[in-house]
Amino acid sequence: MSLSRKAAVAGAYEHPTRFAPDKSMFQIMAESIRGALADAGLTIKDVDGLCTTGIGMSGMGIVGFCDYMNLTPNFVDSTSIGGSSFVAHTAHAAAAIAAGLCSVCVVVYGSTAASSRFAIGTGGAGGGGDPCDQYEIPFGPTTVGSYAMVAQRHMHEYGTTSEQLAEIAVTMRLHASMNPVAKYREPITVGDVLASRIISSPLHLLDCCIISDGGGALVITSAERARDLRKKPVYVLGTGETVRHVADGHRDFLEIAPAQSGRLAFERAGVTHKDIDLAMIYDSFTITVLATLENLGFCKRGEGGAFVQGGRLRFDGELPCNTDGGGLSSNHPGMRGIFLVIEAARQLRGECGPRQVRDCNVALVHGTGGTLGTRHSGATLILSNQ
Amino acid sequence: MAEQQKKYSKPLPHIDEENRPWWEALQRHELYIQKCRECGATRYYPRALCTQCLSERTEWVRCAGRGKVYTFTVTYQNQAPGFRESLPYVMAYVELDEGIKMLTNLVDCRPEDVKIGMPVEVVYEDVTPEVTLAKFRPAR
Ligand SMILES: [Zn+2]
Repeated sequence: MSLSRKAAVAGAYEHPTRFAPDKSMFQIMAESIRGALADAGLTIKDVDGLCTTGIGMSGMGIVGFCDYMNLTPNFVDSTSIGGSSFVAHTAHAAAAIAAGLCSVCVVVYGSTAASSRFAIGTGGAGGGGDPCDQYEIPFGPTTVGSYAMVAQRHMHEYGTTSEQLAEIAVTMRLHASMNPVAKYREPITVGDVLASRIISSPLHLLDCCIISDGGGALVITSAERARDLRKKPVYVLGTGETVRHVADGHRDFLEIAPAQSGRLAFERAGVTHKDIDLAMIYDSFTITVLATLENLGFCKRGEGGAFVQGGRLRFDGELPCNTDGGGLSSNHPGMRGIFLVIEAARQLRGECGPRQVRDCNVALVHGTGGTLGTRHSGATLILSNQ
Repeated sequence: MAEQQKKYSKPLPHIDEENRPWWEALQRHELYIQKCRECGATRYYPRALCTQCLSERTEWVRCAGRGKVYTFTVTYQNQAPGFRESLPYVMAYVELDEGIKMLTNLVDCRPEDVKIGMPVEVVYEDVTPEVTLAKFRPAR
């Protein structure tokens, strides 16, 4: 059974806040749902499915959130695989709708990372309760450090340079300059990135995503129902998800999740790389984008450095990428996968104003969760307005 | 001050029945990986069952304690207690001669001298009476 064009994103809303000390996480989530339902032309009474991550100490925060919203859905999914979760939720919601488990599913996210002063990348890797953690926590792993080790290896194997990584940050900032709600909108240069302090070599401050508050929501429904709603449907064509880890100590750290999830998504969608008009790639760090593009097959392994140069990833380039400004410049409340899907939906509907990608009909979304140099998840979606 | 330096404030591993032989070997300054007696697959970190065939017939293989730097990062920012006082430090994956990559710290060298491919050897750091860590330094 193919999932292609069975379900669609019918509503998308990005909460404009970047700093909300006056709001709780649940309030941001509730406001985001209100926004996405209004966008779709539906009401809270239409919602019978809910997806969000495993919030809170127990990991079962979705139940508490249903309490907060007074929801009693027929389908719940709190898959919690890091920042990619919401990309996976979108796929799960589409599958649930195609299987008849629910008819209108909301995917929602909210966070007050910035106003709670949460050091996402450099607070030291927390948790630490799983068997694998015992062989890492004594040595001072950080989120940045884990990605940095992948960057260092990539540079060693392929001669990739800090200038090439920096161009990714410069491009994201250019896009942010055209996004009125982006947190950082002042253009930067490759020189600015290289001059920023090193957090964990070879990654500089400006190679790292920002920390903000934020939230967003998506409304997923059947393709048939979506066609009768307010906005142009954004169909789910193909999906894929997987994880990568240390593999018993035998891992090749430059082979990452999108190699598998991307292949699955392309196969299931029945499209090729040439068909992709927009790539929304989780940009926790500049290296994440470079390694993801290689593993998705947009270029050969080792060629990512040259691939991201020359403005190829600009909104007016050959493969527009992260046109909202990404986590590097627009917002990063900790897990930004939902914003990848929201921006893809807006671009496919032609709602992006000065940063609109011309003739944008097919978009690829790839979310990364966790840490590239130890354990991570990947979720890929291919979406289209046709 | 001297009293403070003696107190070890970095996170410590949780030692349980599944991994105790490995940590006890480190206390004796011996480094091991596991090998499945059924299918021959090697694994690190220590676990009860082979991931390839689910057998629990496990052989402990003593490592020579030599390898090469596979990748590394010099950490300049980490707000976690114990690490924020020891910046910058080098975290690395070392690929052992036995073919296993393990996460560790590189010590006894300047961060700017670390290179991928550099030969390294194990150095045992007794951080508490119960815990010894396998770190690595440039091979001598
Ligand atoms: Zn076996």
